[in-house]
Amino acid sequence: MAAIPTPAAVAAAVHCRGLVKSYGRGEQRVQALRGVDLDVAAGELLLLVGPSGCGKTTLLSVLAGTLQADAGRFTVFGDDVQAMTDDARTRWRSRTVGFVFQSYNLIPTLTAAENVAVPCLLLGRPRREALARARDALAAVGLAERAASRPGELSGGQQQRVAIARALVHEPRLVVCDEPTAALDHGTGQRVMDLLRGVARQRDRSLLVVTHDARIFPFADRIAHMDDGRVERIVDPPRQGADA
Amino acid sequence: MNLLALKMLLGDRLKYLGLVVGIAFASLLITQQASIFYGYAHRIGAWIRDTGPADLWVMDPQAEYTEDQKPLTDTTLQRVRSVDGVAWATPMWKGYLPVRLRDGTLVQARIVGIDDATLLGGPPRMVEGELADLHRDRAVFVDRQSLADLRTRRATAEGPPRDLRVGDRIDVNDFDAVVAGTFDRTPEFFWDPLLYTTYSRALAMAPRARKQLTFVLVKVRDGADVAAVAGAITAATGCAARTRGEFEDISESYVLAKTGILVNFGITIALGFVIGVLVAGQLLYNFVVENLRYHAALKAMGATNGVLVRMVLTQALVASTIGFGIGVGGAALSGLGLASGGLAFEMDWRIPLLGFAAILAVAAIAVVVSITRVLRLEPAVVFKG
Ligand SMILES: Nc1ncnc2c1ncn2[C@@H]1O[C@H](COP(=O)(O)OP(=O)(O)OP(=O)(O)O)[C@@H](O)[C@H]1O
Ligand SMILES: [Mg+2]
Repeated sequence: MAAIPTPAAVAAAVHCRGLVKSYGRGEQRVQALRGVDLDVAAGELLLLVGPSGCGKTTLLSVLAGTLQADAGRFTVFGDDVQAMTDDARTRWRSRTVGFVFQSYNLIPTLTAAENVAVPCLLLGRPRREALARARDALAAVGLAERAASRPGELSGGQQQRVAIARALVHEPRLVVCDEPTAALDHGTGQRVMDLLRGVARQRDRSLLVVTHDARIFPFADRIAHMDDGRVERIVDPPRQGADA
Repeated sequence: MNLLALKMLLGDRLKYLGLVVGIAFASLLITQQASIFYGYAHRIGAWIRDTGPADLWVMDPQAEYTEDQKPLTDTTLQRVRSVDGVAWATPMWKGYLPVRLRDGTLVQARIVGIDDATLLGGPPRMVEGELADLHRDRAVFVDRQSLADLRTRRATAEGPPRDLRVGDRIDVNDFDAVVAGTFDRTPEFFWDPLLYTTYSRALAMAPRARKQLTFVLVKVRDGADVAAVAGAITAATGCAARTRGEFEDISESYVLAKTGILVNFGITIALGFVIGVLVAGQLLYNFVVENLRYHAALKAMGATNGVLVRMVLTQALVASTIGFGIGVGGAALSGLGLASGGLAFEMDWRIPLLGFAAILAVAAIAVVVSITRVLRLEPAVVFKG
């Protein structure tokens, strides 16, 4: 097979139709996704917004391959993630997805560089190379001089930048972020979004960002509004002055 | 990733210390108790090991341990001597007799009578006097450890109470004997004083009986097969012919079973093991569970279950090995103290080995129990605040 990307694949990095997911059973059953249709283009930063409990995190988890949907289909850069075995999906995640969590989830006993090296190590890269790439990734988020610091010695914003470096170090094509700015003050949040915005621009990647934070709307290419387990509408972001 | 796993382990000094100290404590408990048990058990056969050069011990088939008095007919000695492959065979009498000291104090003692002509099978290490002194009139040797047990309680015409010493006269079951020498013996399980004399003198001390021979000590001719000679002796005499090792083994099993030592120590060791399991297992389990959210993050980022299992195993293995090393070191040190205090403590090379296996088993159990929580982790939980 020739490695020439088809126009469809370029147009829709993430392509999903009719995703359904519920938690629990019987009385406790919660319908988190009720048939989600969504396309995300390559090179796009898409914000997912909506009221609490509408299913944003659930959708993100499914698209990132960390949670199995009950029904529906989706592909990520042409890969049918749902059809994979658990181990295959785990390996797919390690190659394809970068994660940024609201609570950073940095391992407190490792240095920033070691934390950032984890995705490369998981891909079987030699330790020396993984650490070198980790330092480059830290430099790219402006933390070159904090490579040897432990997470506990860093501010929240710095920790989130370390987490972003970790999400990008292995150059994944899909980056998912759940409330990346929720724990950050306005200025730091803007800085973090700048970084993520740059990532989507520079490389041919897609970013999916869940947020409640209206102040970061301008960083998006498009904004998907969810409600009650569905994507209700997709809108363009408010344009504020110059392009971010 | 395994290196990172170690850094995760070592990174939190306090937790790591708690873990290692807990495992060390469990290891100490297990190996120390096992060593004391082994020390006691090993002392049961000390007299056999001390009784030098015999390859085979001939005894009544029903004799069960070193102090068992089930005598053989006197003709057994001649019949053993005529068995092919026997280089030499000497008689031995062993039994309990009352010893009366000068002041009238009565002490129960173990008397061993050895071959008059050759003095083979005598005391292991003479301290005062020499082996040939046993040929002197009325001579007996007393072990040094027992001189204080054979102390007079009351003043006599010769002076105030004192320990027994060379030159003293004692009365062995109405036989007038003289202490002609002292010897050193390996600490034994049995505590009664041990006296050596000649075979004929021992018979003179002992109550008259039809059968008087307790053991026949046999040296097998060079090049002859010990087991074959033993078989031939049994065929010729109907007696059991046991190697030193076999005699030690049956003595150990008999005494351990009869005294309840096995049960008691078994309980202590089992208790140590259970406490070890609870302490070490709990600590290891906690360590894994406290890291659960990081394991979940790793899982989301693409760590397969295999990678996570290896990480947890590395952590458990390193913590248990270091903890065990410290624990066994502590047990050995405590053993030095205990042994100098006279307690039986002997750390056979198998004890650390088995102890380590036990600790590894504990670690394995803890890992298996906690790892299922890691394996069952939904990677999506990392998105939860
Ligand atoms: N593991 C779970 N077990 C049971 N119910 C769950 C679970 N995870 C989510 N839910 C339920 O599914 C629904 C969607 O949850 P989800 O976390 O996707 O919402 P969300 O849009 O991310 O909300 P928020 O903005 O508060 O983070 C909610 O009603 C939630 O209570
Ligand atoms: Mg959420």
